[in-house]
Amino acid sequence: MRDTWLIFRHHTRITLRNKFAILITAAQPLFFLVLFGPIFATFGSWETLVPGLIIQLGLLSAGMAGFGVVFDWRSGVLERLRVTPAGRLPLLLGRVLNNTFTLVVQTVLLVAVAYLIGLRAPLLGVLGAMALVVVLGVSLAALSHAAAMRLNEHLFAPVMMTAVWPLMLLSGTFLPMSMAPQWLSTLSYVSPFRYVLEAMRELFAGTYASGVVAVGVLVVALFAAISLTVGTRVFSRDNA
Amino acid sequence: MIDVSGLTKTFRNGVEAVRGVDLTVAPGEIVGFLGPNGAGKTTTMRMLATLLRPSSGSATIAGHDLRSDPRGVRRSIGYVSQSGGVNPVNPLGDELELQAMLYGMSRAEARSRIADVLATLELTGLEGMPGGALSGGLRRRFDIAFGLLHRPSVLFLDEPTTGLDPQSRAALWEHIRSLGLTVLLSTHYLEEAEALCDRLLVIDGGRIAAEGTPAQLKGERTLNEAFLEIAGRPA
Repeated sequence: MRDTWLIFRHHTRITLRNKFAILITAAQPLFFLVLFGPIFATFGSWETLVPGLIIQLGLLSAGMAGFGVVFDWRSGVLERLRVTPAGRLPLLLGRVLNNTFTLVVQTVLLVAVAYLIGLRAPLLGVLGAMALVVVLGVSLAALSHAAAMRLNEHLFAPVMMTAVWPLMLLSGTFLPMSMAPQWLSTLSYVSPFRYVLEAMRELFAGTYASGVVAVGVLVVALFAAISLTVGTRVFSRDNA
Repeated sequence: MIDVSGLTKTFRNGVEAVRGVDLTVAPGEIVGFLGPNGAGKTTTMRMLATLLRPSSGSATIAGHDLRSDPRGVRRSIGYVSQSGGVNPVNPLGDELELQAMLYGMSRAEARSRIADVLATLELTGLEGMPGGALSGGLRRRFDIAFGLLHRPSVLFLDEPTTGLDPQSRAALWEHIRSLGLTVLLSTHYLEEAEALCDRLLVIDGGRIAAEGTPAQLKGERTLNEAFLEIAGRPA
């Protein structure tokens, strides 16, 4: 517990020192919000679009968190920490929680800008969606770290940059899957993000006690459990 | 202080990097691991530092069994890898503080210990710098500072002076000797082995090929001739 906190605090201090990095990782969804949102709003609602952009943000921010570990791996920092008696799970979790913290800050920024230009979601709904963002952030960051440790460092960037696009499109980030032809909609059920996104849209619309929300919560919890298991296993691999 | 018997490592791709290493290091001894590139020095040290799981064999380090008590081993050793572990962009002081606190020190203890270690290694005043701003020699001394924070009883140094100029190298030898710790260091510099080590282990092809004080290994020859003869290939 103490180790997790120490690692989290250390990395969060570094994050806060590089505020511009927080902004630039959130830039893509912000561009979509400002430059695509007004078109979307002519036939759809901001409450439908913004949750999609939150998923996009999650994939681009927490999903790319593994870059940090590639960097620390190359500079030998990771190995130096692995020789300390710190637990292997805290070494991963401290980083993952820092990535999640960053994601939450970015999401608050995204939602705030969305409010300025037309979003009208109820506060309770936004808070509920935030809770999903936290769990989603933990999962994505843990998986991203596992991928970064497993993939060759030259492959990590192109693989991740390519993987986020089908994941985004299949979750219905930009246009809801209800508009898709049957085969595409069926295919999209393999993406855990579809369930989370639909739950967030319900929450933004002010519906809290629905089956869609329950399924979203269940899927994101399951996703987190799997991601953390995979992440810890990869992180503690090969220790004596 | 270090007791190793029958240690081997076969990697998943079938490479037998270490084929049965036995070695003992007494408290306070500085022992040099000498051998050509690819001889198994780094693999052996990484196994002893709990970074790689041995394929077979056993080791006790500072009273802790490597297999059953890796955390105990981690608490008692300092390990400085070949490439070092200095973060190039973050202030070194922050990194040192995290490292010290991961060994259980409070922030106040960490700060006073960091000040002591930096003074010992003549690094005081540089802790606000990021690693990338330092020369190779200073960076290497910071690597060693990281390994000393928790007062380890054993220090592993993997090629501590590779890439350093002669002055930095001599200064580092001086620092290592003044620590009074049990040290196992790897090197392929013969003059380093001769100047710094109480005893040498020559490793080749994953096995210990010869062992003795620099004088014993040399006999009538130069250490270079002895080394070439033992390791059986041009250096």
